Amino acid sequence: MTVLIGQLFTGVSIGAVLLLIALGLALTFGQMGVINMAHGEFIMAGAYTTYVLQQVITAAGWSLLIALPIAFVVAGAMGVLLEMLLIRRLYARPLDTLLVTWGVSLILQQLARDIFGSPNVQTRAPELLTGNIALPGGITVANNRLFILALAGGAVVALTLALRVTPLGRRIRAVVQNRDLAAVSGIPTARVDRMTFFIGSGLAGIAGVALTLLGPIGPTMGTNLIIDAFLVVVVGGIGQLKGTVIVAFALGVLQATGEYLTTLSVAKVMVFIAIVAFLQWRPQGLFTLRTRSLA
Amino acid sequence: MTTVARDPVAAADPSPTPPTRPAAGPSRHRYRAAVGFAFGAALLFAVAPLLLSDFRLSLLAKYLCVAMVAVGIGLAWGRGGMLTLGQGVFFGLGGYAMAMHLKLADAGPGNMPDFMMLYGQLDELPLWWRPFASPWFALPATMLLPMAVAFVLGSLVFRRRVRGAYFAILSQALAAAMVILLIGQQGTTGGTNGLTDIQGFFGYDLDDPVNQRMVYFIIAGTLLALLALARHLMQSRYGELLVAVRDSEERVRFLGYDPATVKLVAYVVAAGMAGLAGALFVPAVGIISPALIGIVPSIEFVIGVAIGGRATLLGPVLGAVAVAWARTALSERFPGTWTYLQGLLFVVVVAFLPGGLASLIGLARRRDDGEPRPSRFARFRPRRREGAA
Repeated sequence: MTVLIGQLFTGVSIGAVLLLIALGLALTFGQMGVINMAHGEFIMAGAYTTYVLQQVITAAGWSLLIALPIAFVVAGAMGVLLEMLLIRRLYARPLDTLLVTWGVSLILQQLARDIFGSPNVQTRAPELLTGNIALPGGITVANNRLFILALAGGAVVALTLALRVTPLGRRIRAVVQNRDLAAVSGIPTARVDRMTFFIGSGLAGIAGVALTLLGPIGPTMGTNLIIDAFLVVVVGGIGQLKGTVIVAFALGVLQATGEYLTTLSVAKVMVFIAIVAFLQWRPQGLFTLRTRSLA
Repeated sequence: MTTVARDPVAAADPSPTPPTRPAAGPSRHRYRAAVGFAFGAALLFAVAPLLLSDFRLSLLAKYLCVAMVAVGIGLAWGRGGMLTLGQGVFFGLGGYAMAMHLKLADAGPGNMPDFMMLYGQLDELPLWWRPFASPWFALPATMLLPMAVAFVLGSLVFRRRVRGAYFAILSQALAAAMVILLIGQQGTTGGTNGLTDIQGFFGYDLDDPVNQRMVYFIIAGTLLALLALARHLMQSRYGELLVAVRDSEERVRFLGYDPATVKLVAYVVAAGMAGLAGALFVPAVGIISPALIGIVPSIEFVIGVAIGGRATLLGPVLGAVAVAWARTALSERFPGTWTYLQGLLFVVVVAFLPGGLASLIGLARRRDDGEPRPSRFARFRPRRREGAA
């Protein structure tokens, strides 16, 4: 029983990381249909922002807290820049967007290598987040994992609220559901796209801050994350957040279980097979947004 | 997202006039193609070996292997619209099948490959290695194994109409899964190192420059054969159907064809080509490892195709060779510069020159060949955006 719950928590914490890195994609890919392979590098930018801030502000707890909004803005600004310079021209060619943004990600990686050096760098975790909490029943959970879980939860709630109640969120939903009708109703769709991209990329920055708690930061960290993140959004279905949330945790638990029963590599392959099998059942993902726009 | 083809805008779009098939004169095309192939053969078999040093020739052999993968990608992506970002998997399957056989042959009958003794976890050869001792199994396996994997994945995926970006991401995830599996099973696959230090090729010593030259000739001949096959497919009725599926899958379905089968054929053929390329890469370079087949190399196969001209026959080959050559030339001296340049190539070529360099030179302009002109598919798949913008 203890093992079971322990594994469940491992799965949930893997899921929380997946959720954090996929949430921004759920917005840019899921809502706008833009395949941004440089999303992983926006995560990297968030992580390096934390690293830089820690060089300036030595108190690890404070630098982490300050890093959250700053990373959001840094990654978001990079996203807007990318949208304005390139993606805007390519909305009609989603597959080409994929390749172009891959090129951007190569450039950003090399930029990181030139600025921060090829070897990985490490940040210090604040003391509060280094220990474990012992729960009744002999289960221990790591503080940093709990923090990430809380952060992921907070991000989901904030994003959901932003989409549901703010005027901007209403406009985003309108554009997703029917772009032409939204444009006819006077919504500046191009500006809404840009804001959506800002938020989605900014969330990648937040994910980057969280990832500094789990491991070293390196120029290629984005490449390893991006595929998992895309798979979460593909399986979750586009146009809605709840699919992403459910699938992130489901894949996390699946992977933790697989890892427990076999090895890490076999578990990864199992997850891939499970995804292909799942898409047989629901090729459009778990939830799809049914709209009357025929796109 | 992936159901774009249903877009009513597509129906109103005047651009996709079907490429006119030449009513007469296939003999003229055959003549022109024959001249082209003769020229290519002369270049590869006479000019290159005479002009290049042994070292340069073995590099060219490596580039030509990449070009074989590019021919397949040109077929699947350029003609079929399937952006496959996982060709490294098929390249790797072919490469590992060949390398396993050569390792076993190097070790001699009854012995285990050197690296297995090194890691020392195994007392005897694993069961799934054993058939590869026979060339009659290993050689067909270099092509059939990747084709089988492509068939299973493709028939599952295409039948359920998973396409576009979804397919691209799945194919990329396949590459990721394959690499993780290879690295994880270090005892039997060589892990990160891969299968290295391959000495012989069916009894010929690979250190001998004469034998290296022989390997080069085999590779050049295979590439020409694959080009002939690709040309045949592109010129056939099937080739037109494939282009039709790329441009409007739904319409092809309404005409009574099964787009899934059409796509599957191109995908499986491309996988077989990649497998063959991997198999020949091994004797040319002497190594196959996860670093050569993962996500990054898989997507790098695509860039050469994009630069050369994805929908043309020769564009992918020339683009792949050019990119591979530029990489060797630049990355030795300025590794950082090469990465920037590669990124820029992706951005500039794909965003602003979707027809590739072929559209500049005019290689693809030969309308009477039924070749789609680049300008036409530069704006394929009209999406909801264009009305608003």
